[in-house]
Amino acid sequence: MERKEYTYTEKKDTRSGFGDGLTELGKNNENVVALCADLTGSLKMNDFKNNHPERFFQVGIAEANMMGLAAGLTIGGKIPFTGTFANFSTGRVYDQIRQSIAYSHKNVKICASHAGLTLGEDGATHQILEDIGMMKMLPGMTVINPCDYNQTKLAAIALGDHVGPAYLRFGRPKWPIFTPENAKFQIGKGIKFLDGNDISIFATGHMLWQALEAEKILFSLGVSCEVINIHTIKPLDEKIILESIKKTKCAISCEEHNIIGGLGESISRLISEKHPIPFKVIGVNDSFGESGKPLDLLEKYNLNPESIKEAALEVIDKK
Amino acid sequence: MSKNIDDLKNISSQVRRDIVRMVHQVQSGHPGGSLGCTDFLVYLFFNLMKRKDSFDMNGLNEDVFFLSNGHISPVFYSVLSRAGYFDKSELSTFRKLNSRLQGHPATHEGLPGIRVASGSLGQGLSVAVGSALAKKLNKEDNVVYVLMGDGELQEGQIWEAMMYAAHNKVDNIIATIDFNGQQIDGPVDEINSLIDLKDKLESFGWKVYESDGNDFDSLSSTLEKARKNLFNGFPIINIMKTVMGKGVDFMENSHKWHGIPPNDEQLNDALSQNKETLGDY
Repeated sequence: MERKEYTYTEKKDTRSGFGDGLTELGKNNENVVALCADLTGSLKMNDFKNNHPERFFQVGIAEANMMGLAAGLTIGGKIPFTGTFANFSTGRVYDQIRQSIAYSHKNVKICASHAGLTLGEDGATHQILEDIGMMKMLPGMTVINPCDYNQTKLAAIALGDHVGPAYLRFGRPKWPIFTPENAKFQIGKGIKFLDGNDISIFATGHMLWQALEAEKILFSLGVSCEVINIHTIKPLDEKIILESIKKTKCAISCEEHNIIGGLGESISRLISEKHPIPFKVIGVNDSFGESGKPLDLLEKYNLNPESIKEAALEVIDKK
Repeated sequence: MSKNIDDLKNISSQVRRDIVRMVHQVQSGHPGGSLGCTDFLVYLFFNLMKRKDSFDMNGLNEDVFFLSNGHISPVFYSVLSRAGYFDKSELSTFRKLNSRLQGHPATHEGLPGIRVASGSLGQGLSVAVGSALAKKLNKEDNVVYVLMGDGELQEGQIWEAMMYAAHNKVDNIIATIDFNGQQIDGPVDEINSLIDLKDKLESFGWKVYESDGNDFDSLSSTLEKARKNLFNGFPIINIMKTVMGKGVDFMENSHKWHGIPPNDEQLNDALSQNKETLGDY
């Protein structure tokens, strides 16, 4: 694989990718229904609502009820997509998801916007950094955190054919679009963005772009990075991870999430059990977020390309 | 074919035997609420619901039932079995390792008759309303039934679901509240009173009926009246007064039997008060 320098011409929010994916699902699958807890505009669900008012359920500010309604709608063959902020999609309704959806194995797609630090100015009450952990701990729950508008749209569409409970995590800010519109998206299969020999960088969500930016710096320093997108945190694509680290012999992971409970923790378990190598998790270091602009927050919490570069060099040093 | 009151009483007697035997056998489980709701569930499954003989999860073109207060699983399991969803011999596995009859109802092990897990309180009404919405989308004229406890109404999610159903005119649902006035720690009125429940429910936009859940005549006339009021633009709820522990005199009217099993002597006493009518499991 020849090295490619990833660039972008347009920025768009990943939540719009969800909204557009949902619109397409609505046209093609009449069993798809959508529920929203008073955030239709924020979740970009207006098209679906306008196209299929009979299949759209405005539940008001009552997320627990929304999860129960969604579980009930599956009984009768519907495929419900719930929409609210990531915080209210997970922590607020954990027990409802656990009992009525996950344990009951209901075909509910929990779609969560404004995840992570990059929601920005609203601050820590809304910036959930624990949601991946909560969701991945539930047996049978699929957890997906796409990286840009195109991938989020593809992930939403893929969930229409997926059977079982799933959590789809996306965000608020306009973010570079650097994946092709017609890329192949397979739930549970990682995607190699760059081939390299010195270190593996596994990244999910917005942080894939940050990782690709870090790679540019590392490349200029003569470091050859293998960059792999793990959009599906559960089930984890163990094969792509193990193959890569057997070659590069060290790795880092990048996510907009607490270092406890996220992608990095899943990879840590995998490599410590199957192929121990030097490894570092890049994420928020067990703290809450705060108000600020998205990129300023990523910098303050060491999720910027410079911090990724530093971590990569540190890990390579341990080989 | 609908059963007469003597038939229903005979089924209830057998179900009550099943309940006390099940909880006695494993020395755990919840006999009080189970005994109190026996007559309601017997009436529901044997006379009221338009249901298919076999079970499928989607429940298309049939009435469906959700048990929100999942801790009264003994009565649910007994009635499901006696209604033909699985063999009565399986009742002997209640709460044991590798059983489909989990402590609280679950779909995980594939027990026919269960459509959602319950036990963590307050969730069943939302699920039932969601199921009612699916029936509307499917253009079915079948009904969704759901049972909740009165103490369970202390959960906030119940009231979210109440608001939703009335605002959205979910009129293919009949909810029932097991109004026995007891919860684990004591009388509901002492723990966190519902004050005027009928007023509360009416002000939330529900059509309210009241019944005696331990009297088949009352259940029959109330629920038939309620059924005639379906599809009229409002959700329906039945405040059903029951006696916790009904049918076993030393358990009646006391929260103490909410979640404890009888000993050998108490079991024999309980069984002597409920004759074997359909064959013990």
